[in-house]
Amino acid sequence: MRKRFNSLALGADALLFGVARTPLKRNGVVVGGGTVIPEIKFTLPPLSIEETPTDEIEAMYREIVTAVCDRAVHLGQQSLVVEFELLPPMTVDPPMGESITALIAGILAEFRGAHGLQSLLRITPVDIREQNKPPLRRRGREMELLLDSFRRCARAGADLLSIESTGGKEVTDQAIMSADVRGILFGSVVLGCADMEFLWEKIVGIARETGAVPAGDTACGIGNTAMVLADQGYVPRVFAAVVRAITAVRSLVAYEVGAVGPGKDCGYENAILKAITGLPMSMEGKSAACAHLSPVGNIAGCYADLWSNESVQNIKLLAGMAPVVSMEQLVYDCRLMNVAAGKGESLRFRDWLSESDAGLDPQAFVLSPNAVIGLAGAIVSEQNDYRRGLAAARKAVELLREGLSKGRLILSEREQDWLSRIGQTVSELPSEPKDFIIGEKPKWKDHVNYGEYGIPDEA
Amino acid sequence: MDRYAEIAQHVQNGYSEKARKAVEAALAEGCPAGRVLKEGLIAGMEVVAAKFKSGQMFLPEVLAVAGAMKAGMELVKPLLVAANHEPLGKVVLGTVRGDMHDIGKNLVAIMLQGAGFDVVDLGTDVRVEKFIEAIERENPDIIGMSALLTTTMVHMKTVIEVLKQRDLRTRVKVIVGGAPISKNFASEIGADGYARDAATAVDVVKDLLDNK
Repeated sequence: MRKRFNSLALGADALLFGVARTPLKRNGVVVGGGTVIPEIKFTLPPLSIEETPTDEIEAMYREIVTAVCDRAVHLGQQSLVVEFELLPPMTVDPPMGESITALIAGILAEFRGAHGLQSLLRITPVDIREQNKPPLRRRGREMELLLDSFRRCARAGADLLSIESTGGKEVTDQAIMSADVRGILFGSVVLGCADMEFLWEKIVGIARETGAVPAGDTACGIGNTAMVLADQGYVPRVFAAVVRAITAVRSLVAYEVGAVGPGKDCGYENAILKAITGLPMSMEGKSAACAHLSPVGNIAGCYADLWSNESVQNIKLLAGMAPVVSMEQLVYDCRLMNVAAGKGESLRFRDWLSESDAGLDPQAFVLSPNAVIGLAGAIVSEQNDYRRGLAAARKAVELLREGLSKGRLILSEREQDWLSRIGQTVSELPSEPKDFIIGEKPKWKDHVNYGEYGIPDEA
Repeated sequence: MDRYAEIAQHVQNGYSEKARKAVEAALAEGCPAGRVLKEGLIAGMEVVAAKFKSGQMFLPEVLAVAGAMKAGMELVKPLLVAANHEPLGKVVLGTVRGDMHDIGKNLVAIMLQGAGFDVVDLGTDVRVEKFIEAIERENPDIIGMSALLTTTMVHMKTVIEVLKQRDLRTRVKVIVGGAPISKNFASEIGADGYARDAATAVDVVKDLLDNK
């Protein structure tokens, strides 16, 4: 049963790294209880999963996890989170994902026993529902395998259940390339929220069955796609910033259905979700440059309860294997934030993180603490998903215009032109969800199976 | 301004209706369809592609231009087919087996279509047999493979090996791209070209076809 947030859990000055209103406590790890903890992620080097014997794949995971734990112990780190992001063949073959989960959980238990290293294991199956075009979101073999994957991994020792769900992506992929805010609202909010509600009720149910924690989702395939394309000069940066604000509405649904955090690292919208929910969040920034570039390397740290490297291939660097290098970078980042917090300087340090990025890019600007509070407030002021999305988009435009006019944000003339265009579009959108849906549905009928979102064809 | 330059200008501006009318007028005046295509539609698109590549235009603006080019192409294409006009080239694209990422591949498709190439998009999670079937069916000049995962990029090599086994390798050139792909990797697996992004994919395809 979905329970909608209608107020903010945290104000601007309480919106700090390492501190959540409702920390998560498990296995001796406290996430959001005053300390920022590293979340380490990794992937395999180039190889074919299908053509590599399972014992060889498991040996690679054993090597990676053992090595990162060794480094964490060596550096005196007392707790960490390990994320096992299942690759597509491991989700399609749930026993395979289960077996690797059990292996990693076993290694973490060994380090807990031998060295007192407290840890949590997050598992993230791939949203394999994307394999069908248009995707079947509520039924079919892929949906069954996905849920079986969650269940098996949870029983095998996973602590945190997460996913990068893709509901609505069949629309947003095209909408991003056209910088079409209407399409983003339709795909991300109208379709995306409906899918999130359906999917997360299932995940929360599995968590209850198995004793695992329903952690959180991310609109990575929407918000980060736009952000990275903007960084490459393909789409306007102001568009990507507005997309980010809208994605918060979609990702929020997981917490309204029962997820309790920590939110997935690649959801930069987690900043807004932390203000609304008070739940702990994982974030990634400069130390995730091994996975992708971004304009929010420092500012993302403002809200981190877990600090992640996003993903890195297990390849040899001069210092050692890449996941070990990432582990070390995360530990040092966390140490610095935690020392600042220990001296009562979290707010000052957070503001430095924010100010070092916010004026240089609109994506960073809308993720600065005061903007985050503004966006979070706009979202909870509405109780309908479409209206929330519209409120977030309008607020983002307002914040960007204000930043520009006050000289706090630098925008090129081309970007300013696009900000005007986007502002015009969102000001003209209907306030009634029904009117909006009637206008958008026919445009996307060849790409979306509306029944899979619980939307009747004639609606 | 002559008719060809007028068409090119309307394409550059992304004015679909004006581009269509200018093409219609040019054809009515007896301008050869091949010249309308090359000196009008493609010439306009080339200016835009150069601006996109140098960061002066965004993709949504390029898409508007591609719409104007398409409006003109709809009038020109039947005449070109009837005259057995040699097409610029055909490219079959796909994201390899086990990989469902397709934004990068879709961008490449848009840029190639905008440059006047015929593009057949096989979608995502494309197995080797599907590439082979498409080569037999479509007779493309080039196949382009995309991958975003380290655990799927290796399937590019498999496709190239199967092309060799089936004696198809000499019929098509192969280009590859995607986040984990490098020029070295492309060389190692025997690809003919590596496209680091959508804008350069067009240049790579043109170079390969020029040297075919």
